[in-house]
Amino acid sequence: MRRLLPVAAAVGLLLLLAGLQPWLRFVLTIALSTGLAVLGIAMLLRAGQVSFGHALYVAAGAYAVAFARPHTGEGLLLLLLAGLVATGLGLLVGLFVTRYRDIFFGMLNLAFSMVGWSLLEKLYGLTRGTDGIRVARPTLLGFALEGAAWEWALFSAALAAALLAGALVASYLRSPAGEALGAIKTRETRLEFAGISARRVLLQAYVVSATLAGLGGAIGALATLHVTPLLAYWTHSGELVFVAILGGTGNVLGPFLGAVVFELVRVHAAAAFPDAWQMILGLVLLAIVLAAARGLVGLLDDLAVRLGWRG
Amino acid sequence: MSGALLEARGLALAFGGVRAADGVDLEVAPGEILAIIGPNGAGKTTFLNMVTGYLRPQAGSIRFAGREIAGLPPRRIVRLGIARSFQIPQLFAEHRVIENVALHLAARDGFWAPFRPLLSPARRSEALAILDDLELAPLAEARADTLDEGARKLVDIAMALALRPRLLLMDEPTSGVAASEKHAIMDRLVAALRRASVTAVFVEHDMEVVARHADRVAVWSQGRIRAEGPPEAVLADPLVRREVIGVEGAPC
Repeated sequence: MRRLLPVAAAVGLLLLLAGLQPWLRFVLTIALSTGLAVLGIAMLLRAGQVSFGHALYVAAGAYAVAFARPHTGEGLLLLLLAGLVATGLGLLVGLFVTRYRDIFFGMLNLAFSMVGWSLLEKLYGLTRGTDGIRVARPTLLGFALEGAAWEWALFSAALAAALLAGALVASYLRSPAGEALGAIKTRETRLEFAGISARRVLLQAYVVSATLAGLGGAIGALATLHVTPLLAYWTHSGELVFVAILGGTGNVLGPFLGAVVFELVRVHAAAAFPDAWQMILGLVLLAIVLAAARGLVGLLDDLAVRLGWRG
Repeated sequence: MSGALLEARGLALAFGGVRAADGVDLEVAPGEILAIIGPNGAGKTTFLNMVTGYLRPQAGSIRFAGREIAGLPPRRIVRLGIARSFQIPQLFAEHRVIENVALHLAARDGFWAPFRPLLSPARRSEALAILDDLELAPLAEARADTLDEGARKLVDIAMALALRPRLLLMDEPTSGVAASEKHAIMDRLVAALRRASVTAVFVEHDMEVVARHADRVAVWSQGRIRAEGPPEAVLADPLVRREVIGVEGAPC
């Protein structure tokens, strides 16, 4: 019960923000979709592995939506499809990259994502290159929605997906295979001497992380109704890692908290300082890394302990 | 001795010009506790590494319960029932002691069940029982990287025991343990092994520990076994005393 309290507070806060500021509904939907991808990054970080290429799966989910949209009008079906495509791609790439660790793991992920990016950009006949593809607004559960109703519906879908993913991942991380991720970080060979394939442990987490990223990409595509190759570009991958560290990987709330703060800072900084918003984001991250290595959730955790809410 | 649990024949392995194993023949009977002694660089750890699949012998055979295991990967060998502990404890430093043990319990079954917690009530009590056997229960909730060397050593062994092996290989279980605690720890350990009827092979430098706790001793020197037999006979052998223990004269 105590574990659910912060989640309930976060959901309440998001609903409040979305209700008070209509334009925030879009921003928060994007933040939740980013949070899904970052949740996957956070799983890999438990194993001490940093992927600099997960934007590939975000793009895979988003383009799956764009390609399938002419054939189906149902949004939830598109999300399911995007999840499957990203999962398949994650398994394919994962079989290769999970043989490597540390800098090699990070760089190979980067390499795959850049291959994906250049394919999306160069195969003009298929992807319309840098112009990207416009996505016609689909129905949700069969309802054709417009304006605020659509925004609320998509925001709710993103929130539901985030809650479901968060709950499942939290449970997975407490399972033996989830706990073994941390063992890969500290003493991988001992896992082998326990009869466990460390590679299989990492591959499993990798595939799940690709699924989450694809789902996030698909929700993002439905929110913006436009997909471009930039989704797969390496700066986007870097952004996901940035948000993971900002939010903290201690628990599954971190990625979403990080993503919401990231998007809010970006939106406000971009409005107030159009030329310097990236610098502001950089300073925020610098402050977090220096002052709270466990990210925003770590900061909140310390605060809760200090206030006597937690032992 | 056809009833041997572990049977090594003609094992050879050279690192460049160094012959770490130069025709090792050894049999380990079910239920016995065998000590391996010998000077540094004699190939004791190399032997353990070959049996556990970490190193592949260049020649010879290793049979476990009648089955050839030389050259199998560590994971397969563990699943056949051979576990090991390490000279330098190999713990999951960011996990608690009980989680270190529970991960090894889970390795036997239920490891891939995605939504059953590692510390299910059944696994927690089983892990605590193993820790209790080695009198480690008070440390169950401590993080592995906060332990002192002696405790790390024992937790390392508890992890291996959690695999419920038929054969346990231990590389210097008492090195790094305070001299005053050595015998108490070995008493506990050997009692736990006998209770679970686990066959054990351990590398040891402390001759008192060997004399008191081993059923049999094998003396390594330059990649070969120079002598083997009951501790009192082997440790009294003048050649062994001079070359391995480094003392001359009458046995104490």
